[in-house]
Amino acid sequence: MYDFEMIRPTTIADAVAALGDEDAQALGGGQTLIPTLKQRLAMPSTLVSLGAISEMRGVCMSDAGEVCVGGATPHAVVAAEATAYPGLAALAGHIGDPAVRNRGTVGGSLANNDPSACYPAAALASGALIITNTREIAADDYFQGMFTTALEEGEIITEVRFPVPEMSHYEKFVQPASRFALVGVMVAKFADGVRVAVTGASEEGVYRWTEAEAALSDDFSAGALADLTVSSDGMISDLHGSGDYRAHLVKVMTGRAVTAAA
Amino acid sequence: MPKDNSTVEGGIGAATTRREDIRFLTGEGQYTDDINLTGQAHAVFARSDVANGVIKSIDTTAAEAMPGVLAIFTGEDFVEVGGNPAGWLINSRDGEPMKEPKRPVLAHGKVRHVGDAYAAVIAETKQQARDAVEALEVEIEELPAVIDMASAIEGGGLVHDEIDTNICFDWGWIEDNRAATDEAIKNAPHVTTLELVNNRLVPNAMEPRASTADYNPGTDEYTLYTTSQNPHLTRLLISAFVLGIPENKLRVVAPDVGGGFGSKIYHYGEEALVLAAAKKLKRPVKWTATRSEAFLTDAHGRDHVTKIELACEKDGTFIAFRTETMANVGAYLSNFSTATPTFLHGTLMAGNYTVPNVYVNVKAVFTNTAPVDAYRGAGRPEATYSIERIIDMTARELGMDPVELRRKNFVKPDQYPFASAAGLEYDSGNYDRQMDKLEKMIDREGFAARRAESEAKGKLRGLGVNAYIEACGIAPSNLVGVLGSRVGLYDAATVRVNATGNLSVMVGAHSHGQGHETAFPQVVADMLGIEAASIDIVHGDTAKIPFGMGTYGSRSLAVCGSAVVRATEKIIAKAKKIAAHMLEASDADIELKDGQFSVAGTDKSVSFGEVALKAYIPHQFPIEDIEPGLEETAFYDPANFTYPSGAYACEVEVDPETGKVTVERFAAADDFGNIINPMIVTGQVHGGLGQGIGQALVEQTAYDSDGQLLSASYMDYAMPRADDLPFYQVDHDDGTPCTHNPLGVKGCGEAGAIGSPPTVVNAVVDALQSGGHEVTHVDMPLTPSRVWSAMQG
Ligand SMILES: Cc1cc2nc3c(=O)[nH]c(=O)nc-3n(C[C@H](O)[C@H](O)[C@H](O)COP(=O)(O)OP(=O)(O)OC[C@H]3O[C@@H](n4cnc5c(N)ncnc54)[C@H](O)[C@@H]3O)c2cc1C
Repeated sequence: MYDFEMIRPTTIADAVAALGDEDAQALGGGQTLIPTLKQRLAMPSTLVSLGAISEMRGVCMSDAGEVCVGGATPHAVVAAEATAYPGLAALAGHIGDPAVRNRGTVGGSLANNDPSACYPAAALASGALIITNTREIAADDYFQGMFTTALEEGEIITEVRFPVPEMSHYEKFVQPASRFALVGVMVAKFADGVRVAVTGASEEGVYRWTEAEAALSDDFSAGALADLTVSSDGMISDLHGSGDYRAHLVKVMTGRAVTAAA
Repeated sequence: MPKDNSTVEGGIGAATTRREDIRFLTGEGQYTDDINLTGQAHAVFARSDVANGVIKSIDTTAAEAMPGVLAIFTGEDFVEVGGNPAGWLINSRDGEPMKEPKRPVLAHGKVRHVGDAYAAVIAETKQQARDAVEALEVEIEELPAVIDMASAIEGGGLVHDEIDTNICFDWGWIEDNRAATDEAIKNAPHVTTLELVNNRLVPNAMEPRASTADYNPGTDEYTLYTTSQNPHLTRLLISAFVLGIPENKLRVVAPDVGGGFGSKIYHYGEEALVLAAAKKLKRPVKWTATRSEAFLTDAHGRDHVTKIELACEKDGTFIAFRTETMANVGAYLSNFSTATPTFLHGTLMAGNYTVPNVYVNVKAVFTNTAPVDAYRGAGRPEATYSIERIIDMTARELGMDPVELRRKNFVKPDQYPFASAAGLEYDSGNYDRQMDKLEKMIDREGFAARRAESEAKGKLRGLGVNAYIEACGIAPSNLVGVLGSRVGLYDAATVRVNATGNLSVMVGAHSHGQGHETAFPQVVADMLGIEAASIDIVHGDTAKIPFGMGTYGSRSLAVCGSAVVRATEKIIAKAKKIAAHMLEASDADIELKDGQFSVAGTDKSVSFGEVALKAYIPHQFPIEDIEPGLEETAFYDPANFTYPSGAYACEVEVDPETGKVTVERFAAADDFGNIINPMIVTGQVHGGLGQGIGQALVEQTAYDSDGQLLSASYMDYAMPRADDLPFYQVDHDDGTPCTHNPLGVKGCGEAGAIGSPPTVVNAVVDALQSGGHEVTHVDMPLTPSRVWSAMQG
């Protein structure tokens, strides 16, 4: 680590003001940022912790029936409290280990947009709304490739609103070492159609598998996927699996997610 | 020894809980990094980020001017001192000695693997030292990396320019048997051939390496606190080879050590660096590795590429094993790196079998990767894996039951001592009995029903078996000397009876997870008939213990424990003399039982405590016959290795859609000879199985063609976790005692890691074949993607 200042504002306004300084950076649960600092791969002058901003923490229901999660809410809280959206709660409850879940936050996860992270799949499959200190961004516009998002410099995610599907499930095939998703698929069935979001697989980060969405919207069963093929073009190929393997898993995990959806 | 039914509470055979665990589990352990000396400075190393390169220049000017910087060392500062040597001299088949390029304290001229240290900064704080390392102006001209062993052998780039080859040695075992083995294979009715990889492993001890050096200018004495499995060996290497500090001026302390698995046997350059820096600065100097440094620079394990052939009769009678192996030694020879692929591997290539012909060829290859050395099992897992994989394959080819094929070729109980075709003399064993137990433990008969259940769930189920033998308790100096060892492999112990009757037992074996602090007192307590709680083990400090060759090769109890027995016998002999004097009897008439010395056939007795007190308060003492005090030392050098053996079985399920393997059941029937503490033995087996299953299923060390370590953190290097492992069934009762050490013990520390990898792979192949896949082999680790790829054909 290099030396840095650390502040813990209690309001969004104070946090945003502090982030206006050049080289200031938001700190969520620190589960990604702290290891990065330890390896001296980042050099912020000030860390602005979002953890003490009470308006950014917690889970509630909107009048429209969406599950609203504060941007600084740890995964463990979502796992325990997002009971109205069991698919989301289960996803949050299988991120990392208890220590990670007690610190890592939804805002940090979505801001980071790791191509193997779980939350991006939840946000995209749910058609969530990502609310920042300045605007509201639809999930479909938010994810812009691995580690890339629509966020501007200094912009913070204050809340994420998840429409609640009729049925949903996140099926995660873990990478053996990190236990992030080697391939993870979130399937969400809404009254007006099915959304399928795939994480872990593509070099472009999380994406919607539209052919599967169409097939499943007609027939919400694993069998509906039978005739679909997934191309390995643009799939991540690494130590843990080739592009072909990931492409294969996309279909298998989607089928399992459909079967398990509740 | 040992007694069948110990009368002593907590003596031999008692499942005493580990006394050391209290301090470990309550955070009271004292590890090297916990030791902070007044005025200590901190060392941080500058490490190469290229695998192969010429150091053109290192400009330290800017770094020296930085806050807190006290000194900067580069390879230039160590050209006058010695290199870190290999402990075994191996000769090639043509009689030429192995190639031994110098392994300097800091790289000089060239860097040879990612992580190779070429400079070190000492500063007031670790942070300042790290800042200064970043300020070093370094020019390294990158050269193409030598990574793949086959290409390294063929030529191209050189890892060491001063030797004109990347082959360290080309070893044949037993060279005189080569022609006969070739001939036997040529004429054999059935030959199975298999090419396999024994995957490279990163040891991943929970505690990273750390070293703190202190120098006393008043006495010219050095103290090195370091994470070592063998402080005396480290002292010897530093004294005799590297820095030339006389042994009497160098104290090496290895306090609590958080796991070693082999990686902390060796002396590393960081230890020499902190010693040199402490002397130069006249201040203590501390270094603790980061986890990243551990991944890049701890000696890795295994990394063999082997072609094995098994020739047999049509009825399955084995005729010959022949292997050709490339063993990666990495960029430099680590201390045991030349012994591991040779004498700890080739000599075991007859396995548990009466096979008449064995020939082993091993080419050790330099590459631009981290040094590779002994890792839990060291050579024996490599042998067992090759043998037990190919036997399984042969059984399939012959349509024979894999258990029956093994039984047909087992050495039988009446054949001991048995001279194996690979040059060892096995002293005892009963492989059929282990196999009998195993078949019951795993419930072989119930397998078909369990397979049907798995298939009903859409899973494939397989059963794999294995038999292993290993050589432990390394050992006999005479033998290892002939085989090329440059050191003796005895061990030593001092038993000190204090005046008040409690005991301090100084042992050369170092305990870093093995439970010596509990098990060794059980032996002494049993012999003296006193409670184990009054006996303490002292280890890990060259200033406190007589000598020792340390802990590795499952040798602690068999070798050092035997030294403890010998020293205790001397104590008993002397105590009997003292008791005889006190009881006015002849020492021949004195008996020791339950801590009482009595005159045979009388009711006259004195207690052990009274004798101890008398030894230290020798009033009315026959000073002309007996010296005061009660302290004895013994060095023990065994007559042979010990030969633990066993039979393992496991059942796996494979998800045919994803290739994911889960271990559903695992049974281990081991023969460790006599058992001192069955609870500790069970724990050692569990740990070994975890490591072996980890190797088989998840642990993957990968370098890319530029020599970058792709699996350099836990994000990419998988360690086995509790949910990867089943509940084990283990049995180590009724072993066949070792015939040549006083305790009849064999060693249990590595068995689990030796026997489990082939068991798992055999089971997975069985599962895949049951699903109609014509898969005969999959290289470890059997990750989901590899198994899935194998199923795609
Ligand atoms: C061992 C381990 C296992 C893990 N396993 C998984 C897994 O299985 N699945 C998974 O999805 N994730 C996993 N994670 C990631 C973890 O769950 C976190 O979601 C992730 O590390 C980022 O969240 P954080 O709150 O810790 O963010 P931080 O590390 O604090 O920050 C990450 C980045 O986001 C920025 N940031 C933080 N909060 C906000 C905000 N509210 N608005 C805007 N920018 C912000 C920071 O400036 C930084 O750039 C794992 C992490 C670890 C360490």
